[in-house]
Amino acid sequence: MGVFHISAEPIDAAALARSLAHARAGACVTFEGWVRDHNDGRAVHRLDYQAYAPLAQSEGERIIKEAGEKFAIVEACCVHRVGSLAIGDLAVWVGVSSAHRGAAFDACRYIIDEVKLRVPIWKNEHYAGGESGWLHPDNTPVV
Amino acid sequence: MKYRVLYFASLRDRAGMDVEQVESFATDARGLYSELRARHGFTMGEERLRVAVNGAFAQWAQTLHEGDEVVFLPPVSGG
Repeated sequence: MGVFHISAEPIDAAALARSLAHARAGACVTFEGWVRDHNDGRAVHRLDYQAYAPLAQSEGERIIKEAGEKFAIVEACCVHRVGSLAIGDLAVWVGVSSAHRGAAFDACRYIIDEVKLRVPIWKNEHYAGGESGWLHPDNTPVV
Repeated sequence: MKYRVLYFASLRDRAGMDVEQVESFATDARGLYSELRARHGFTMGEERLRVAVNGAFAQWAQTLHEGDEVVFLPPVSGG
């Protein structure tokens, strides 16, 4: 149970969702994080994500494992993009299946929240006007 | 001793490189960061960063060994 990947290629959400199917699962909750065209009052043109891949992988796997210990889930998966992304692109995908919906909602929320806090991935926003900036987990600029 | 230091995000921009072979007398992560901070003009203090050694989170006081891969991790912003 449990898969975590850092991907330089576009995420195939439909294929990932199918991988959560199981005879014991009666609920599936998925979360998609998309690149939006604004942050903190500024127009955003595109994003670049960097990751420290070996540690991102092990920390991501640890989060999925924790979700399995905290919540009664069947399958869980998270994939996070790296590289250059355009507005509307899928940046992160989380999916959880479980016997009943409560555990799937709770585990999905846990995984995305912990990934944003703990996994060594960095977002660089490119703004209208050519400036760019690295962000903190709460989307405030790193200064 | 020789270390392999990787840079990400704002530290990579400031250092102007993503990886560096460093020859240093520093024997722990704190000493190494202090040296590199002075050399590259990093503005973030260690209270803003985490440290990883050989692909795992580590303590600032962790003793470093010849050939270690050391990464100073700025505040993360995935998702």
